[in-house]
Amino acid sequence: MRIALFSDIHANREAFEASLAHAREAGIDAVALLGDYVGYGADPEWSVDKVIELRSSGAAAVAGNHDVAVQADIPGFNPVAQTTIEWTRKQLPLQAQEFLKSLPMTVEKEDRLLVHAEASKPSAWNYVANVEDAARSLNATSAAITVCGHIHLPAIYSMSPTAKMTAFTPVTDVEIPLLPNRKWLIVLGSVGQPRDRNPMASYAILDTEKAAVTYRRAAYDIDTAAKKILKAGLPPRLAERLFEGR
Amino acid sequence: MALKLDPGLTIDDFTLRERLHVGGMASLWSVTRTGDTRDLLMKVPHFGEGLDPAAIVSFEMEQMILPRLSGPHVPLFVATGDFSKQPYIVMERIEGQTLFAKLKELPLDYDKVAEIGHKAAVALSDLHRQNVIHLDVKPSNIMFRPDGGAVLIDFGLSHHRQLPDLMQEEFRLPYGTAPYMAPEQLLGVREDARSDQFALGVLLYFFSTGTRPFGEGESMAAMRRRLWRDPYPPRNLRPDYPPWLQEIVLRCLEIEPAWRYATMSHLAFDLAHPDQVKLTARSQRLKRDPFSAVLRRRFNPELKRGIVKSAAIEEPDAPIVLVALDLSPDASAQSGALLAETRRLLASSPEARLACVNVLKQNRIALDTDLDEEGNSKRIERIVALKAWAAPLKLEGPRLTVHVLEAIDPASAVLEFSHANRVGHILIGARQNSFRKKILGSVSAKVAAEAACSVTIVRP
Repeated sequence: MRIALFSDIHANREAFEASLAHAREAGIDAVALLGDYVGYGADPEWSVDKVIELRSSGAAAVAGNHDVAVQADIPGFNPVAQTTIEWTRKQLPLQAQEFLKSLPMTVEKEDRLLVHAEASKPSAWNYVANVEDAARSLNATSAAITVCGHIHLPAIYSMSPTAKMTAFTPVTDVEIPLLPNRKWLIVLGSVGQPRDRNPMASYAILDTEKAAVTYRRAAYDIDTAAKKILKAGLPPRLAERLFEGR
Repeated sequence: MALKLDPGLTIDDFTLRERLHVGGMASLWSVTRTGDTRDLLMKVPHFGEGLDPAAIVSFEMEQMILPRLSGPHVPLFVATGDFSKQPYIVMERIEGQTLFAKLKELPLDYDKVAEIGHKAAVALSDLHRQNVIHLDVKPSNIMFRPDGGAVLIDFGLSHHRQLPDLMQEEFRLPYGTAPYMAPEQLLGVREDARSDQFALGVLLYFFSTGTRPFGEGESMAAMRRRLWRDPYPPRNLRPDYPPWLQEIVLRCLEIEPAWRYATMSHLAFDLAHPDQVKLTARSQRLKRDPFSAVLRRRFNPELKRGIVKSAAIEEPDAPIVLVALDLSPDASAQSGALLAETRRLLASSPEARLACVNVLKQNRIALDTDLDEEGNSKRIERIVALKAWAAPLKLEGPRLTVHVLEAIDPASAVLEFSHANRVGHILIGARQNSFRKKILGSVSAKVAAEAACSVTIVRP
């Protein structure tokens, strides 16, 4: 089974549509959604509707910190994020807000765990930024493969049976075998607000039969997404950074 | 969990026949498979209580790397078995012996050494092209096919530039084979392809003089000496040593990677053309470096990793470079290769301008020029994709232009555009899909045949 993995869509319709089309063109059987469907971007209602639609046709979905923040303030949000969350609340109909509220923190299926931030304390929203963070998450689960997002920087970590860690920044379109002897942490880049200095939308495809993951990039219409952010009166920095990919 | 291995035992589809070799980390068996007439080789790692965990990790590395390699210079990958039952790798069995068998005949004739070195360098250059650095080049890891071409074996210590490096974090001590290991490898560097040049240089030195340049060097202290102490020049050992060969060997053995050859193919070229080797002071040297130089290195132990900058060739004019891009999903490897080629070209002519062109194929000539909505959105999609492709080149303002041409015949469109815009150089990918090529004809071939300027056909 080939599963497309999307994280941190952040209400960027153009990026998510392009990523879905890009993945479907490559051939996928399922979709998994790793949270942060809203915040930063100008299309929260569309994004949530799309997530509802995908979920009703079988996609797995977990909650991200921005999705939870729509319901109730989360401490530690920076002023820009807080501004967009307040704006997002006004945009989202009650039904969409209820849907976000209903999302689980984690989804576990077969040998895979899906979680937005990391597995040791999902609701603390800690970033996986280095091997220590990755080891903490991998130690907290028995799943062979953990998929997360949150940090907007693609990375892949592994832990050997003797608890030795490896870290790696994946190369686009190069399939990485997930050797069965280790535990793996797949950290996804962001669909809607990439921060690894590559403005293209970032996602990945997990092939469960081959036990391999391929990170991919989809070009999208950044001009339109950025214009919408400005038009909505959101902080201009949120539009600028889309072009820079950071 | 591991099975007891005996001749006649069947693992998955394979039947064990004969144990050929027991090494430090793995055993090698000849195996057969029903319906497969090839000679096959199964590599089975040893591990268990008290054994080196390096055996497992290096086996995992080989499991990742070997299936991705292709071509005549590596054994063909056949199958792999995982750790849940019995781990193994099955590959093509290469007939004959490794270069290790030659050790009793050393020193060899200079021409013979150059011939062996050339073949090994060609094989390593092909490996580097596939993003792999061997990192354990030594006689027992080099074999030859009946046609004479070299085959590299054992990728258990190798580094793949596009895959996680499991060896990197696993060990505090560098792994490799002491007499052949490059100085930077001793410092834990596993990403420099020039380390393979150093190891091949040790082999060339050893094969042509009968003496190892850095001795057996099994202790860490003995190994580290090569960080500051250069070996005796071969001419010191054999007075008739040809200057061209000394030039090559000592260049491979430079402590600083930046002073070695830029790439393995440059080394292969020199080994194949002794009369064209550019001789420097290296070729005449009879003594090692003066003690002052050794001291300087000894107490400046920071081995600076030099980055070879390709000498920029000054172009008097400012050419327009056209890149013809295929944006279909199966062309992603090709567009990556085109990007690398474009980057190289632009690096040597900083004033050049780049025109990125994609052809939107039409089935008929439109009678009016108004685009329908579908056509218009396709154009925008392509312009977005062209800009995204060119973004990593970081070209400013007028240096970059993107064009979506509409035409029935893509080759003619590219040619017309080039002619009209006085394009100085065309970069175009070769079509990979032979079925499409058969039906549609080759665009790149037509462009190459009919263009008025230089055309570079790029393959991934």
